[in-house]
Amino acid sequence: MSDIILETRGLSKRYGGVHALEDANFILKQGEHVAVVGDNGAGKSTFVRQVTGVEQKSAGQIFFDGQEVNHAGPLEAREAGIETVFQTLALADDLDVPSNLFLGRELYKFRFGPFSWLDRKAMRDRTMEALKTTAVKIPNVDNPIRNMSGGQRQCVSIARTAAFASKLVIMDEPTAALGVQETAQVENIIRGLKERGIPMILISHNLRQVFDLVDRIVVFRRGRIVASLNKHETDGNDIVSYITGVKGGSDAAVA
Amino acid sequence: MGGTPVSQATHGLGGLKYDPTKKARAPEWNVLVALIAITVIFEILNRINGTSFLFNLRDNVPGLFNQQRIDIMLLQVSITGIIALGVTQVIILGGIDLSSGSVVGATAMIVMSFAQTAMVNGNPNPKAVLGDWAMDLPVIAPIAVGLACGLLAGLINGALIAYTKIPPFIATLGMMVSARGAARWWSNGQPVSFPTESYAGLANGDLLGTLTFGLFHWPGQNPAVIFALLAVLFQVVMIRTVYGKRTYAIGSNEAAARMSGIAVDRHKVLVYMVAGALAAVAAILLTSKNLTAQAGMGVMYELDAIAMAVIGGVSLSGGRGSMIGTVLGAMIFSVIISGFTSIRLDAYYQEMVKGVIIVGAVILDQWRQRGRARG
Ligand SMILES: Nc1ncnc2c1ncn2[C@@H]1O[C@H](COP(=O)(O)OP(=O)(O)OP(=O)(O)O)[C@@H](O)[C@H]1O
Ligand SMILES: [Mg+2]
Repeated sequence: MSDIILETRGLSKRYGGVHALEDANFILKQGEHVAVVGDNGAGKSTFVRQVTGVEQKSAGQIFFDGQEVNHAGPLEAREAGIETVFQTLALADDLDVPSNLFLGRELYKFRFGPFSWLDRKAMRDRTMEALKTTAVKIPNVDNPIRNMSGGQRQCVSIARTAAFASKLVIMDEPTAALGVQETAQVENIIRGLKERGIPMILISHNLRQVFDLVDRIVVFRRGRIVASLNKHETDGNDIVSYITGVKGGSDAAVA
Repeated sequence: MGGTPVSQATHGLGGLKYDPTKKARAPEWNVLVALIAITVIFEILNRINGTSFLFNLRDNVPGLFNQQRIDIMLLQVSITGIIALGVTQVIILGGIDLSSGSVVGATAMIVMSFAQTAMVNGNPNPKAVLGDWAMDLPVIAPIAVGLACGLLAGLINGALIAYTKIPPFIATLGMMVSARGAARWWSNGQPVSFPTESYAGLANGDLLGTLTFGLFHWPGQNPAVIFALLAVLFQVVMIRTVYGKRTYAIGSNEAAARMSGIAVDRHKVLVYMVAGALAAVAAILLTSKNLTAQAGMGVMYELDAIAMAVIGGVSLSGGRGSMIGTVLGAMIFSVIISGFTSIRLDAYYQEMVKGVIIVGAVILDQWRQRGRARG
């Protein structure tokens, strides 16, 4: 088995005339935690959407777990072992917590095509378990999540990803709306993944958090990867100068 | 998993107190309360005139209730209510179905021509549409043909919406116009009449007697019995099966449903097909009850059905609502219509009132949305 879990070569995505992602060469090793940073609109989420099969890339190659892959949809990517916290959270607001945790992978009592009978008790029990291990507190899991606070909804999405984590975890700004304690909680979940040896891509604007948690930092700027730095060979100022374009890339002088 | 201990009691709740034994009241309760209130109001209005809305005040007629009115109300509720069960699913899915009334019309015409009897009073059936081969078929034949019509209409609706990304409003509007055209074209606008006895028995028999092995009887009210059975069936399906789960998920956040790996497009087609099949059931019961089919059958039923769903708490923006809500909504709708008849309001006024109810229900839905957005 190869030492590399995810690799992209020349990965590009255009939305009409917008070159949201250009020629991204990215490598993630087994067990490695990498942060992706960059300004708003730098192409971070776009990168995530290509890797997770939510969108179809315009050009380039993606290798996952030793094979070239062309995920036709998010289900394929998930079945291959990629669990994602999307920036948009991907939650169904009118459903309760267990339904959201098991959205698209429900547990059944018996199967009968679209009329398969849900095993609601098993899903609820496993949800409580998942919330417990991730120490996420939610007052009433049987309520629709619409009425929950932004942070609680985010916690549901994170608990879902942590509970099903297998080969690769991607989190797109998981702590963006969280309070101090909840952020600490999510950071603990991420440390737990590291201990379990599950590789991860963390997208974050919080450099303190990034330096705390990951091994390597990849900087996106204007749709391109402009730097990939080991945590110990760089510092916050250095990263900021890559993000803002003071350092690196052909447009450094222009910017 | 190590790390900093976090205060378990308060975090995630902002320190708010929470009593897990107290649950929010289901929105269906409000609809039930409204139903009772409206019924009481009509009873009072009737009493002022010395009549009664629900009760039998005449000494020469037996029974506690005004059976005639209740029967008419039940028939109304049941036929349109069955359509509303399908429309409810479509709206929960985040769509809309404007075609169900026309699908009832087209299905009625087609179904009836497979349900005709060859001889009427010793003479050949004067309204025969198809040849002798289609006469006196076993009752299963028209039922199968009818369901096929409904499923086909739903398939076309669903496929247009899911795969060409036409807004549901437009796709089903097209079906509404085309299906009505098909209904008129089928027999050049002529009514189709004289069904076999077994077909007439579908609506006029005593299904409850059969189902309960003669324990209860309710002859002539098969539409109501079937409506009740279908309502229970789909309430269970929506809550307990993955079909319902996906319908709610898509209606509440289609992008999230897609990202979670739900085959959104395929599921949409399925839901529209179920709605089409339910419209076909309504058409079969309606023609069986009336012993005739006319091209104009089911006109505006789609709006009645949508109104029933919305009155019952189904949100036009998708994701919320239930079969029980729609059943209660259907009853409110029917009570209001019969109520106005009972106080001898002119038929023209009734039409206008109906329009007001439909718009009022949508305004109510908007208010509920706004209340929700504040949260
Ligand atoms: N579907 C789309 N159609 C057109 N343009 C798009 C689309 N999706 C993204 N973009 C554009 O692509 C660029 C990159 O967007 P992306 O969401 O990847 O940024 P990001 O790095 O995740 O930013 P943020 O930190 O704000 O989340 C932006 O300029 C955005 O406007
Ligand atoms: Mg983003």
